[in-house]
Amino acid sequence: MNKEKTVSSAEPRRKRKHWSRDDTELTLLGLPATIWFAVFCYLPMFGLIISFKDFKLIPGKGFLASLFQSEWCGFKNFNFFLSSNTFGMLLRNTILYNLVFIVINLVLPVTLAILINQLYSKRASKCYQTMMFFPYFMSWVVVSYFVYAFLNPDKGLANNVITSLGGEKVMWYSAPVYWPFILAFMSTWKSLGYNMVVYLASITGIDNTLYEAAILDGATKWQQAKYITIPSIKPMIIMMFILNIGKIFYSDFGLFYQVTQGVPASLYNVASTFDTFIYQALQSSASIGQTAAAGLFQAACCCITILVANFIVSKLDADSAII
Amino acid sequence: MTLAEKRQARKAEKALEREEARATAHMNQIKPLTNALFNVLFAILSFICLFPVFYVVMISVSSEESIRLNGYALWPETFSNSAYMFLWNERGTISHALLISVIVTVIGTVLGVLLTTSMGYVLSRPQYRLRNFFNWVVFIPMIFNGGMVANYVVVANMLHLNDTLWCLILPLAVSSFNVIISKTFFRTTIPDSIIESAKIDGASQLTIFSRIVVPISKPVFATIGLFLTFGYWNDWFQSSLYISKNNLISLQALLNNMMKNLDYIANNPSAGLSLQQYRNSMPSESVRMAIAVVIVIPIACAYPFFQKYFISGLTIGAVKG
Repeated sequence: MNKEKTVSSAEPRRKRKHWSRDDTELTLLGLPATIWFAVFCYLPMFGLIISFKDFKLIPGKGFLASLFQSEWCGFKNFNFFLSSNTFGMLLRNTILYNLVFIVINLVLPVTLAILINQLYSKRASKCYQTMMFFPYFMSWVVVSYFVYAFLNPDKGLANNVITSLGGEKVMWYSAPVYWPFILAFMSTWKSLGYNMVVYLASITGIDNTLYEAAILDGATKWQQAKYITIPSIKPMIIMMFILNIGKIFYSDFGLFYQVTQGVPASLYNVASTFDTFIYQALQSSASIGQTAAAGLFQAACCCITILVANFIVSKLDADSAII
Repeated sequence: MTLAEKRQARKAEKALEREEARATAHMNQIKPLTNALFNVLFAILSFICLFPVFYVVMISVSSEESIRLNGYALWPETFSNSAYMFLWNERGTISHALLISVIVTVIGTVLGVLLTTSMGYVLSRPQYRLRNFFNWVVFIPMIFNGGMVANYVVVANMLHLNDTLWCLILPLAVSSFNVIISKTFFRTTIPDSIIESAKIDGASQLTIFSRIVVPISKPVFATIGLFLTFGYWNDWFQSSLYISKNNLISLQALLNNMMKNLDYIANNPSAGLSLQQYRNSMPSESVRMAIAVVIVIPIACAYPFFQKYFISGLTIGAVKG
């Protein structure tokens, strides 16, 4: 976005002053997608006014009519959500899990990308990449079956191994202690190859002469990684970081909901996040205004976080900011 | 110096250069032992990534008997194809779900690619007067959105799309990220001169887009098409929100429902058995895993061939546009 502005300010003179036939045609060409954005992105934003209303479906009238006729209730819906005793737990879970994921998904893939780039055989490297990329294409439903095959208390592999070593069976799906690790592991498992390939792609783009010069100066591999590779892929790292920070109030719904088999009561405190809470509220009979308020809270927090993160980054290093 | 001598000298110089290049390349290699260690490390990681698939396949071909005795074994005592036979007997349900998945994936991908790339093309034209406005239209949803509830309200209560195919297709058709990928692609690969010359020949923008831009931009179409295809094929969430009719269940949704309720598939017992008899005859444990295998196989077969388009898409996406 940043570049956009500099480019357009560099060539304002080339812009025609008048509306041309070209502009009309381009507008028409962009119209279908614009309508899509209006309906599926901007209409829901407008629909968020429902969280400031005491919404009741008036019998005999349509949804919209009821929406407009229901009473404004200020921040009452938010109060309900923010002061409920699950809120603290949800906030803690969502943010802590995200922080852990951000750190893991930064450190591991970058390290592995640097390592895999060193392998002698490029064919082996391609082969490893293909295999490690594989989990990324599985949906969480399928992954939840994988996990179930391992963790099923009576038949799963984990308990089979434990009992054959003389240990006691673990009732995985009702033992909250293990789940932070299981969830972190599954999240890493699914995205490791993908992230590694993203970083690898930018590592292979680094000018090779930099390394040649470094070798002549007697740089070790470690020094090359520290002073050439990492600084070169820094823009990529920062971009991924900002994007992930911007999602810190969201959670990967599939991970938390599917892998835990629908967040059973025994795991409620350890595997609930804002998204699972909202989804469960949506499925139950909770007031739609209150669930929408929870969603608006989430979206607003994210928007603020991403803008703040971007602002800080732009102060430190203007080129790396994404907006 | 004669010509031959000169040639000789040049040859020697080149050989020396090559030698040097090889030496530096060699110098910059890791030690053979480290290389071996790294290979082991990546072999282990690859194994961890693929192992669950192997395990699930093994469970799906285990006989009920051996599952009852030994649990899910890595190598079952007795093999059985009963799970797949069962799926074959239930092919009405399965193939219908498959059909829904395929229809949604195909229509969604075509529609999504058209919407995304046309928008990307419009944004890539530097002289377009509304470009800044449309840039913001595309960019704002990346940092703020209405969330699950508001989307649900719009799709289900305002547009009344629930329990139709469209609620599986439309909400996933476009994403700002894809639009920006295609915009960056068009901006960086299509020379302005081609478009200018077509304009001088009197072509409209629609003609330019469909006759010139589309044929020379196959990579970006492949990339976005693939993102969308996998997105639609793997989607279960839209289904779980909007679909309550049984005849609109996709494969992923079927699998999702079976997790909650094992005899979901047995809702319409076919061969005149009572529900109880039917349940007893069903190799329940292996059937679930067999369906998971049915979903995974097409992806597993297809993606190694398309992986490069994914990677190219990711790298284009990383370039700020």
